[in-house]
Amino acid sequence: MDIEVKAPGFPESVADGSVVTWHKRPGDLVKQDEVLVDIETDKVMFEVPAQANGILKKIVADVGDTVTSQQLLAIMDDSVKTDIPAKLNNKKQGKGVVDTNLETGPEEGNTVPGKPAPIAPSAKNLINQHKLDATQISGTGKDGRILKEDVLRYISSQKEQEPVKEKLPELRSELVTKDKEPPAKASVFIDELQDETRDKRVPMSRLRARIAERLVEAQHTAAILTTFNEVNMQPVMDLRQRYKDRFEKLHGIKLGFMSFFVKASVEALKRFPAVNASIEGKDIIYHNYFDIGIAVSSPRGLVVPILRNAESLRFSDIESTINNYAIKAKNGELTLEDITGGTFTITNGGVFGSMLSTPILNPPQSAILGMHKIEQRAIVINGEIVARPVMYLALSYDHRIIDGQEAVQFLVTIKEMLEDPARMMLEI
Amino acid sequence: MKKSFDVLVVGAGPAGYVAAIRCAQLGLATACVDEWVDDKEMPVLGGTCLNVGCIPSKALLESSEYYAKASQEFTEHGLITGKLSIDLATMMARKDRIVKNLTQGIASLFKSNGVTVISGRACLLDKRRLEIIDKSNKRTIYEADNIILAAGSSPVEIDAAPLEGDIIVNSTGALSFDDVPKRLGIIGAGVIGLELGSVWMRLGAKVVLLEAQERFLSIADEQVSAETLRLLTKQGLDIRLGARVVGSDVKAGMVTVHYEDVSGVHEEKFDKLIVAVGRHPNTNGLCADDSRLLMDEWGFIHVDENCRTNLPGVYAVGDVIGGPMLAHKGSEEGIMVAELIAGNQAHVNYGTIPSVIYTNPEVAWSGKTEESLKAEGVDYNTGIFPFVANGRAHAHGETNGMIKVLADAGTDRILGVHMVGPACSELIAQAVIAMEFSASSEDLAVTMFAHPTLSEALHEAALDTGNKAIHIARKRK
Repeated sequence: MDIEVKAPGFPESVADGSVVTWHKRPGDLVKQDEVLVDIETDKVMFEVPAQANGILKKIVADVGDTVTSQQLLAIMDDSVKTDIPAKLNNKKQGKGVVDTNLETGPEEGNTVPGKPAPIAPSAKNLINQHKLDATQISGTGKDGRILKEDVLRYISSQKEQEPVKEKLPELRSELVTKDKEPPAKASVFIDELQDETRDKRVPMSRLRARIAERLVEAQHTAAILTTFNEVNMQPVMDLRQRYKDRFEKLHGIKLGFMSFFVKASVEALKRFPAVNASIEGKDIIYHNYFDIGIAVSSPRGLVVPILRNAESLRFSDIESTINNYAIKAKNGELTLEDITGGTFTITNGGVFGSMLSTPILNPPQSAILGMHKIEQRAIVINGEIVARPVMYLALSYDHRIIDGQEAVQFLVTIKEMLEDPARMMLEI
Repeated sequence: MKKSFDVLVVGAGPAGYVAAIRCAQLGLATACVDEWVDDKEMPVLGGTCLNVGCIPSKALLESSEYYAKASQEFTEHGLITGKLSIDLATMMARKDRIVKNLTQGIASLFKSNGVTVISGRACLLDKRRLEIIDKSNKRTIYEADNIILAAGSSPVEIDAAPLEGDIIVNSTGALSFDDVPKRLGIIGAGVIGLELGSVWMRLGAKVVLLEAQERFLSIADEQVSAETLRLLTKQGLDIRLGARVVGSDVKAGMVTVHYEDVSGVHEEKFDKLIVAVGRHPNTNGLCADDSRLLMDEWGFIHVDENCRTNLPGVYAVGDVIGGPMLAHKGSEEGIMVAELIAGNQAHVNYGTIPSVIYTNPEVAWSGKTEESLKAEGVDYNTGIFPFVANGRAHAHGETNGMIKVLADAGTDRILGVHMVGPACSELIAQAVIAMEFSASSEDLAVTMFAHPTLSEALHEAALDTGNKAIHIARKRK
């Protein structure tokens, strides 16, 4: 009966593709899983395999045609298999065979490729390990049994044949797409056999995959720009130096930098509400609270737990909450609640030695503040070159709702707050 | 008087009787002729194997093994007996009973399959005809579309030690001594010599084996034969290699043997001497001069890979065609010929014939030895597992020996398996099955074996071939 050959389901971000190469012409015999046609899209190259044995009847979308997701490409006839056995030795029956070198010896007959043969246990292991198709391997054992040596022979012959072809689909399909199903059987069975010391293939963890998804989404939807500034951290450092012991004694927690950053951010956010807002559809939502996300590195990846209502948190509260989050993150104990929401995010690459960076937005937030390494630098104060502990600040923002001027001024505000901490206290 | 059949089988030994039964199963009108008679002059089936070979020797090996264990190992088990004694007549009677049961068994199989039994001596004529002379010298000509010659073999005699009464005997005589000899000499330390030597040594004889070859058990893998020599010598068998017997004298119920080795000529006195230097085919008088049956210079009948002789319609199987003189090889050849006659496909896989020596420890092997692989330039991996690391072997109190697996280095196909130890006669079958299915050592390694069994030693040897044995620590490169 007729079966349809369709284009694969394209991911959301891919609108259409074009037919690049047809590997079979109408009238050709086709084996199950053999690649029929290559479709190229912006992001990925798809190889469309045959779903069954049969004959390719008619090509509907030919080379150069544009096709959309799941569009009909061709028609195949899978009823051909019943004709073939008549040509074979009546001891063995086969399905849709392409090659006509059917060798059927008396006792130790080779299997006809396409027919399932008994498989020796060690051969099974090899086949599974290398994700091979047993129907493609001819067996030379008793009753056509596939032996370990048959699989080894098959593997080495495949290795010789098409090393280059296997690499291309891999390269092009590197981009992570939102598509939940794998692209239509990118038929790279033998990729594991490439030298494993050069490449190592590891599937993404769910967390990483999800992070990847959201980041790509952020980049697609928002118009992200970054503005920079620098801040002289001497005043903050002096303050810390003077009061850190007392702070720790009284509040039971170390006085770090994050509480200063958070306080400064809250002040700046109050003055520039757009930076604290988010876009939903065609609306801008202004939030009257300040849930600051603090980007934390966990063994499984980057996570952003939220400081709820940071405007009402004390320095010590900020420090202890962040500390708790860090411990939780390290132990993988952050809950969904911990990391959901947030109106603004602070990320501190400085602890890892980052001098400067362009942080990516944490959707649906509209801005993210990047803190960096504090380093002694030569700056000019009152006409004189002096060495001061300087940190670069970066603010990435969504230009759709935050103007350039707003972003710059926001960052300047943070700088001024940090360079004169009294202003944070006095809320000026 | 002419009688005709579809198939006429000459010889009712393991090759002949099996061929006859299969022919009958395939619907062919079959007759089987054999000249063997028992001591009461009654015709008996089963040939050498059942009457004076495999079966009686295994029966005596069993009885003598019990005696050896009872005398030497019972105290270890906490079993206290008085001094043990042997009633040889009873032992022999048991052996005879077993032989009789089995030969009668074949007679009833023949009956139920409709195989015609003819007692007499056959002589092959021309044009698919046989002349059979019975006890009373009556001659009858038989005709058959197909003739299968399975006349078997007999012990070789040597001029240096001609048979004499019950002093100098061959294997047949050695199976029915009246007393346990004090000193027993055996010419030939092959399979038969070793088994017979074991029987009498266990029963109390001082046994000396004189082997003309420099190398012990040259048919087996070198490591296995070396280990076997060590273990048998430890048991008390005095095995002298490179010792060629040049003469013997019988006097006053004793035999003096003169033999030569590298250090000169020596003399040994024995109460009894067994000549076990090999067997020759029973083709003397098997065929008339004008039959033109092709044989080689030793009298082995010449055949192709399907056991066809040069004469149309005439096949030959078993010891009479040479090759390994093993009952099971003859039987499988008999089956192949029966199938071919009936028009079916059949073949014998000569590459995996198992060989067994029923000493204690048993020795068994199938496939290629390390020496032959080296000579062929084949790259192979070895897996070895000693029985001393096997739990069941310890429970049995039989921890000597080991199993060795040889596998092709490239394909991992098992090329040979060699064993010495407890129950190897049984264990070798597992290896033969694996090789018959072209198994790789990994196939055996991933197969589950029951615990605790001796078979696990084969499993571990297969694992060791891939460096994955669990129960031994082997440092490998």
